[in-house]
Amino acid sequence: MTQSVVVQVGQCGNQVGCCFWDLALREHAAVNQKGIYDEAISSFFRNVDTRVVGDGGSISKGKICSLKARAVLIDMEEGVVNEILQGPLRDVFDSKQLITDISGSGNNWAVGHKVFGSLYQEQILEKLRKSAEHCDCLQCFFIIHSMGGGTGSGLGTFLLKVLADEFPEVYRFVTSIYPSAEDDVITSPYNSILAMKELNEHADCVLPIDNQSLFDIISKIDLVVNSGKLGTAVKPKSLVTSNAGTFKKRQEKPFDAMNNIVANLLLNLTSSARFEGSLNMDLNEIIMNLVPFPQLHYLMSSLTPLYTLADVNIPPRRLDQMFSDAFSKDHQLIRANPKHSLYLACALMVRGNVQISDLRRNIERLKPSLRFVSWNQEGWKTSLCSVPPVGHSHSLLALANNTCVKPTFMELRERFMRLYKKKAHLHHYLQIEGMEDSCFTEAVSSLSALIQEYSQLDATQSMPVEDLPRLSVAV
Amino acid sequence: MSIITVQLGQCGNQIGFEVFDTLFSDSHCPQGLCSKRENEAYQASCKERFFSEEENGVPIARAVLVDMEPKVINQTLSKAAQSGRWKYGQHSCFCQKQGSGNNWAYGYSVHGPRHEESIMDLIQKEVEKCDSLSGFFIIMSMAGGTGSGLGAFITQNLQDQYSNFLKMNHIIWPYGTGEVIVQNYNSILTLSHLYRSSDALLVHENDAVHKICAKLLNIKQISFSDINQVLAHQLGSVFQPTYSEEGSSRYRRNPLGDLMENLVPHPEFKMLGVRNIPQMSEHSLAYSTFTWAGLLKHLRQMLISNAKMEEGIDWQVRPPLPGLPTRGKMSLNKELHFNTSIANTVVLRGKDVHSADLGGFKDPALYTSWLEPGEALSVWRTQRAFSKYEKSAALVSNSQFLVQPLDMIVGKAWNMFASKAYIHQYTKFGIEEEDFLDSFTLLEQVVASYRNL
Repeated sequence: MTQSVVVQVGQCGNQVGCCFWDLALREHAAVNQKGIYDEAISSFFRNVDTRVVGDGGSISKGKICSLKARAVLIDMEEGVVNEILQGPLRDVFDSKQLITDISGSGNNWAVGHKVFGSLYQEQILEKLRKSAEHCDCLQCFFIIHSMGGGTGSGLGTFLLKVLADEFPEVYRFVTSIYPSAEDDVITSPYNSILAMKELNEHADCVLPIDNQSLFDIISKIDLVVNSGKLGTAVKPKSLVTSNAGTFKKRQEKPFDAMNNIVANLLLNLTSSARFEGSLNMDLNEIIMNLVPFPQLHYLMSSLTPLYTLADVNIPPRRLDQMFSDAFSKDHQLIRANPKHSLYLACALMVRGNVQISDLRRNIERLKPSLRFVSWNQEGWKTSLCSVPPVGHSHSLLALANNTCVKPTFMELRERFMRLYKKKAHLHHYLQIEGMEDSCFTEAVSSLSALIQEYSQLDATQSMPVEDLPRLSVAV
Repeated sequence: MSIITVQLGQCGNQIGFEVFDTLFSDSHCPQGLCSKRENEAYQASCKERFFSEEENGVPIARAVLVDMEPKVINQTLSKAAQSGRWKYGQHSCFCQKQGSGNNWAYGYSVHGPRHEESIMDLIQKEVEKCDSLSGFFIIMSMAGGTGSGLGAFITQNLQDQYSNFLKMNHIIWPYGTGEVIVQNYNSILTLSHLYRSSDALLVHENDAVHKICAKLLNIKQISFSDINQVLAHQLGSVFQPTYSEEGSSRYRRNPLGDLMENLVPHPEFKMLGVRNIPQMSEHSLAYSTFTWAGLLKHLRQMLISNAKMEEGIDWQVRPPLPGLPTRGKMSLNKELHFNTSIANTVVLRGKDVHSADLGGFKDPALYTSWLEPGEALSVWRTQRAFSKYEKSAALVSNSQFLVQPLDMIVGKAWNMFASKAYIHQYTKFGIEEEDFLDSFTLLEQVVASYRNL
């Protein structure tokens, strides 16, 4: 089996990463009750004999001794990483996996990308190489970062280029948290646009996530949980937002709930590659099926159900509801409505007690309400993983390559232009070595080119492309 | 003579397991409805074909398991071991860590050359275990990357290294929608390559088998395991032993060879399909009785109206009337409904099998004009009942049945190709636009040839 390394960059990246490791441990603990180090666990964890000093001590078989996350934690402040190291997850990381600084990137992409990039390049490379050496078949890097700040956005995308150069064969999946319009970082449009150019060029697949969407989903769940309606008791541990089944904790830390949604996304994305199922879907299949053109590698995601109701009998109707929900705009992790736009491709990754006939029934049912690009009318990719998420009997992750991602990018560009026209805050960037005005213009034209590609696809809807006549043969 | 099964990819391995399990269960089921001596001869013949015996008495499947990732093979091996009745050889599998990612090019151009030697070694070891080898049965899907890409590569190698032995590829035709997005690309690449290197392609369509599960077997929530069991049943109904000739009580030695000889008279036509009757749930079976005349009447109509199962047969379809000029056979009406055959093999199993009258299948109107009607039909029989059916019939047919699905796949792939979507994923591993065009050309030719029968 293959392995993946998670690279979590910046405050947001590390917080999401922390939730991810917590959930991943819980998931494997629930499946693997004998405590044997198996291939499924090995995809994200090493088994280490801590009594051995130095780098050795990796155990490939037998009892779980001490699990170490295949992760590299990078932040240019110490706060979040220190918190992790003092928290319950401290044992899954060791100091060799960390890179921190104390000064922070000051919400400036250029500081993260240019200053810290060159300062830490060697160190980052060394830690990445080390993490790669621990794998016997490294397949993917999962980069988790935010777009709006300085470290995640700047250094996170710097690292992407390093990975592309150093590990060209290893896929780069990027989970990018996009700032909401009310973001309190005033320079976030600059940071996002500059980062977008790097994502365009160096990522194999980007899962854009919008803070606002996460927040909306949480509000919706709160409503259900607190409404106390008869028969809607939520099954413990089944909330997509919680990791321990306690609802109260969330009120104190709203970001935890939001981060847990993202962590669940990553868990479900990789479940079919880790666990058995009657229709497997390896990580390389995601890109193969959902990225028809190299540039168009932005995939919208939606998770359902957000919670499982506690009653034991699950009518099939509820199973079908899960599929319907995955296409509603309320469940998307960015603010967009895929039903009103054009699908280039769509993947349904199902976990739990669901069979191929359920999948087929629902595809047939939903297809009429969705529009697919003319050359990919049957653009569906499916997988069935037999292991459901903890607390659920079944779940669905839908991934869509859909032109509805375009408004998010256009809105970002507008916010960027508003600042850029006034040259607001520009000097903070231009004073950094290696930053020139052309960096901004190139970044914005890279984004415009991407928007243009989506527009052209949208245009094919009203003006269908002339069919190329098929080859004719002499009989 | 023995047949070596090569199971490739997730689909090939899952089906392979069901096939061996079906063959074993059938040959050891007590209700063979025939004499003890006859049953023993049947068992021995099945064993020689598909199993080799180990010292402690557990038969070992004559199979080589190949996948590029470990999960499915591990699962398959342990399922076979758990059955306790038969198993796979200890050293008969080859797997790697990273799958082909639904990319035909990756399976064909990367995994193929890289693992050629190891896989061919495994196959050779299996060949050496056979006293006499008939050929290879290669089970693969054409939608994914490993079964399709690596499968095409391995078939080509078998053609080079074992040119005297037969190669039949069992191809799983993907659902029209919803499995793999690039399935049409992978399919045309697979089919065009196999058309050059395989002796015959035995095709099963997932959509058709899915319908059998729903309509005939009344399964509510259909799983891949259900589907694979139907496939295995159909294959078993063809490949289990039958008498070598009319009136003989000796079993046929080389079913693979006989099938090819009967059904593939011309290299342009090598697509075979299977139909069988009856097929029903255990519950319904208890309330049913069958006559040979009834079964064969249905089977014949399934053939000429191109129905994949006995339910929903279009009884209006009739063979074209003799005496009409041959161009008349080409009329639009005929093209839409009547399924012209090149050749058919009917396999009959069970009680009073010698009383079955095959007259309906001998009608020259069923066949193309360029083959003698006497050569176009072959009949295999055995008194030994198959599985739980007192009487059953299977039909392997080389006919126009696949023209429409093939035309669909080529059309959809062409549509995608015209937009250049996904091509970069293939060129990355050395499959160029030229290769696609070659595949399109070859398959358009196949479609046209079958259509013009």
